[in-house]
Amino acid sequence: MNTYKLDITKEHCPMTFVKTKLQLEKLNTGDRLEVLLTEGEPLENVPKSSVEQGYKLIETVNVGGTIHKVVLEK
Amino acid sequence: MEKKKLSIVAFSGDFDKLVAAFTLASGAAAVNYEVNLFFTFWGYNAIKIKKGHSFTGTGFLAKFFNFLMGGLNNVPLSRLNFFGASPKLMTGMMKAKNVATLPELIEAARALKVNFYACEMSMVILGIKREEIIPDIKEILGVAKFLEYAEGGQVLFI
Repeated sequence: MNTYKLDITKEHCPMTFVKTKLQLEKLNTGDRLEVLLTEGEPLENVPKSSVEQGYKLIETVNVGGTIHKVVLEK
Repeated sequence: MEKKKLSIVAFSGDFDKLVAAFTLASGAAAVNYEVNLFFTFWGYNAIKIKKGHSFTGTGFLAKFFNFLMGGLNNVPLSRLNFFGASPKLMTGMMKAKNVATLPELIEAARALKVNFYACEMSMVILGIKREEIIPDIKEILGVAKFLEYAEGGQVLFI
């Protein structure tokens, strides 16, 4: 069980989704990915589309200001 | 759950429209759509192996025409192209604002396994050979096959 980290706070559409998806594809069952992202489209849609693809949303935490940490698990 | 599907006809060889096509393609693939990208006519400029002005193709006219059109490195902006300066300026602006550039979007589409197809008729008109376009092209096909692949999904013409 490994935990990976990904910061997409500086990215814009569509790379927010692209980078998350490419990182998620590397996970093995039980691995987690912590994604740092900003409010708005990334926060609304990165967790949503990941759950649609069968990943588990463990938690979403505000880590300060408009930055959130989304924890996903395969 | 059956995958949602997006099929894009990349007709335009313009820089900005290719950015739009590859943004939609990579974004949709990233949110788990099956994506088909069908290159036709001017869209061929994005998939030639030789990315600059080069005498691609067979036959005098085809070679001349392909030389004038060029490839991915000199696709023009659809408006305010200023003899090719604008796409370079635009790429600089995209980089400065940390927005994905056209080569990055193409690489993303590739990494996310977007299906690349090319039009058979355009290939004949432009006199381009299979080995002159990027190997990512899964198949050279016509209208009937495109419709078959696009069936049940959304279709965009860019």
